[in-house]
Amino acid sequence: MAQQPDYSDRPWLDPNATPFIRVQAITKKFGPFTAVDNVDLDIYRGELFCLLGGSGCGKTTLLRILAGFETPTIGTISIDGADMTSVPPYERPVNMMFQSYALFPHMTVERNVAYGLERDGIAKAEIAAQVNDMLSMVELTPFAKRKPHQLSGGQRQRVALARALVKRPKVLLLDEPLGALDKRLREQTQYELMNIQDRLGITFVVVTHDQEEAMTLSTRIAVMDVGRFVQIGTPTEIYEFPETRFVADFIGSTNMFEGRITENGADHVRVRAEEYEADFYIDHGMSIKEGTKVWVAVRPEKVEISKTAPPFGPNQLKGVVRDVGYLGNFSTYRVQLSNTRIVAVTHPNQRRPARGEHEVDWDDEVHLSWAASSAVVLTK
Amino acid sequence: MNGRAVELVASLREGDWRTAADQLLQRLQNAWKTLVVGVPYFWLLIFFLAPFFIVLKISVAESIIASPPFSPLVDLTEEGIINLKLVLDNYAYLWEDQLYIDSYLNSLKISTISTLLCLLIGYPIAYAIVRSSPTAKNILLLMIILPFWTSFLLRVYAWMGLLADQGTINSFLIWLGIIDEPIRMLYAEFAVYVGIVYTYVPFMILPLYANMEKLDITLHEAAADLGARPFTTFRTVTVPMTMPGIVAGSLLVFIPATGEFVIPDLLGGGNVLMIGRVLYNEFNANHDWPVAAAVAIVLLLVLVIPMMIYQHIQSGETEG
Amino acid sequence: MGKRTTFQFSVLCFGMAFLYVPMVLLIVYSFNYSKIVPVWGGWSTRWYTVLFESEEVWAALTLSLKIALMNATFATLLGVLAGIALARFGRFRGRTLFTGMISAPLVMPEVITGLSLLLLFITLGDLIGWPGERGITTITIAHITFSMAYVTVIIQSRLTGMAQDLEEAAMDLGSKPFRVLTDITLPLLAPGMLAGWLLAFTLSLDDLVIASFVSGPGANTLPMLIYSRVRLGLRPDINALATIIIVVVAIGVCIAGWLLFRQQRQRERDMQMAATENLKTGY
Repeated sequence: MAQQPDYSDRPWLDPNATPFIRVQAITKKFGPFTAVDNVDLDIYRGELFCLLGGSGCGKTTLLRILAGFETPTIGTISIDGADMTSVPPYERPVNMMFQSYALFPHMTVERNVAYGLERDGIAKAEIAAQVNDMLSMVELTPFAKRKPHQLSGGQRQRVALARALVKRPKVLLLDEPLGALDKRLREQTQYELMNIQDRLGITFVVVTHDQEEAMTLSTRIAVMDVGRFVQIGTPTEIYEFPETRFVADFIGSTNMFEGRITENGADHVRVRAEEYEADFYIDHGMSIKEGTKVWVAVRPEKVEISKTAPPFGPNQLKGVVRDVGYLGNFSTYRVQLSNTRIVAVTHPNQRRPARGEHEVDWDDEVHLSWAASSAVVLTK
Repeated sequence: MNGRAVELVASLREGDWRTAADQLLQRLQNAWKTLVVGVPYFWLLIFFLAPFFIVLKISVAESIIASPPFSPLVDLTEEGIINLKLVLDNYAYLWEDQLYIDSYLNSLKISTISTLLCLLIGYPIAYAIVRSSPTAKNILLLMIILPFWTSFLLRVYAWMGLLADQGTINSFLIWLGIIDEPIRMLYAEFAVYVGIVYTYVPFMILPLYANMEKLDITLHEAAADLGARPFTTFRTVTVPMTMPGIVAGSLLVFIPATGEFVIPDLLGGGNVLMIGRVLYNEFNANHDWPVAAAVAIVLLLVLVIPMMIYQHIQSGETEG
Repeated sequence: MGKRTTFQFSVLCFGMAFLYVPMVLLIVYSFNYSKIVPVWGGWSTRWYTVLFESEEVWAALTLSLKIALMNATFATLLGVLAGIALARFGRFRGRTLFTGMISAPLVMPEVITGLSLLLLFITLGDLIGWPGERGITTITIAHITFSMAYVTVIIQSRLTGMAQDLEEAAMDLGSKPFRVLTDITLPLLAPGMLAGWLLAFTLSLDDLVIASFVSGPGANTLPMLIYSRVRLGLRPDINALATIIIVVVAIGVCIAGWLLFRQQRQRERDMQMAATENLKTGY
């Protein structure tokens, strides 16, 4: 008998695992406007799940439905096997960290954190002990007696986190948790969030519009657009195997070439892009009928740039360098093809250029190429 | 026991405590919300809306010498038939008597001119306050608001002392030798304008200030940068952008000024005809309630459009 | 730049002079010995003595204060309820009518409000025998009706400005709606309620027209008393009364302004301190 694979880090692959949060056929309408449009979603225990999308894509509405602030027009929600659809927010085993932090301005840090426990009717001494533990975990013990306006942005964020975590919710919802912090603090806090999540084993659902944040934090990402999920997957899947042009474009940047399938092999496809007078060969992926209109997407860092022509083959383009951006650790190039389209290329600066002379410079004629496994074929 | 209670007890018997508690809670919560809306709602229905229907009703009643001095609108005749008497005589009377038409027109004239004067005085003041330093701004705003908290009546009274024949202004001008005889200012239309502008100019300044405060001052710089002269900037950028403030302030002056009673009475004496004063006298001196009611209804009709515009702006401000 | 500052300065000087010179003169003439107000007869405080000795004035003041206190309290109560309903309950049946009834008193000419309320009281008196006699009760009811509209507007705009996520956060942490109201909404509304109370108090003290309509024999509020005296001409004792009112209000407003200013400064200092600490500790 074959050994059972280990799914502990990837419960979504386990066919026998039961999802912790089940969102089933949820639709939410505000008057004529549909904010969330018939979505299904399973999230597993211990996940750090990100809802990623632009503003107005419905991610915040979905989060608010999970918290209980909005009732779905259609559909059901269950958490840990219990139906939550019509349970009011104050009875859900769920807590939320608000984008604005929503700290009560008339209460001290301590009282803010204790507030949720007090509602549960826990003994005073017990509350004090738990609040203390939580404050020391987020390193805010010296600030316990302060009011929110006497704290810096980073400290406020930690109070909000402590207040939401102290009730040991089954699920913690985070609405743009790092949005209000500056870049340096954001990076630091990102890892702290992951540590805390790991330590407490609480399932996190994070809403963000920042793809970098989503990529670093999450076990899985759901990319949303106009109220629907466009793709759900691990950061690697989303980045390396986008399923649609929207996802490919939204996460990172990408070069897109329109063409038609000319050959549908067992382990590869060939694409002819008339506009570029080029053929592309992709050695993975799906079987697509010949003649179908497709897009070939290549990430800028997967494109090789060189002044000398590579050996003859597919996946090659020629152009002139119009722009060079030297960013230290890597350089970006904007290469104009003969049909005036621009291709973006990034190239790591592995060797120090002699005397500041760049290998590839403005107005150089260059050859672009990539490996057969580097591109993906998109049909929508 | 009523049906709901039976239902509750029944659910308790089934041992379904949770549902019962939930139901009770739900009901309490609904009751609580109904109370929050209901109490002020009820109050306004009785003391604000109902009176208007009574005024409307009396305005179509006949004036009689009795207490109350008007005929009942609906009375039961001996045969038990409800007899509805609608008398539009009072409105016809308003139309025929030149006094009322003149009063309405004069009120509108005075309030329109006063509104323009308030705008002329209030706009530069609001602008100057917005451009002041933060500390000065606070103090100046406090100074604009302070008269609000003192008595309106006494502020009008203050001008009686200034404008009287023997008053401060006349004495001062005579002392300077500019005039020999006192100029008649009190108990004339001039005094009414002064009074209205004086008491209502803060109502103009505050909405204008609130509006200008929100404006981005760099827009002026942008306009200047693009080559606009100061007056052009003012005309093409400042005025259009402060339009909401101008409209709100103007309505806040225009509407109450039209129905004003105290100022024409104290500063205009018997010489200035304004509808608020006519209404007051019709009611208190002539005891002609139906005519007074008709005057009120017509005044309301005159002001209903500006009032609706104001309400529209107001609801946009608080809810948008 | 200089030209602009001069312009700004002169506008402000003119504006403030326009607002304050009449009041200053009012005060100056209250210390005039002469019985004829604008004719100077030397410094004196005799009109203050006349004022204090007038029982009529004391009675009117007491009545006005009683009405103002009751009015402010009830108007705040009703205004808070109405403000919460409008800002937090979303759509409910009859909302449009409710908003209309709230905002109409703000712009309704006083003569109309006064007349209509009087006619209501008379009709009610005929129908149910209440109110039998017009006076303190009817004036208070009339004042509550128009001042609650002002309180509602204040409360509603505070609530609209106050982010709803505070209330949602409380609910998220386990508070039922009523608890959210007492723990979060009402404490945060306290400054708005105080402002509303003070405004309602002043509106009531200031009202002449509506009170004149709905008052009955024997119930003379302070504005009614002042009006009955000044409509016959200038009266030095009224100047004295005006002086007292202006001084009391000015002191009150200045203290309130100073307290607010100090609170704001403290807040700014706190925030600055938090930011500097932040730089030091790295959070």
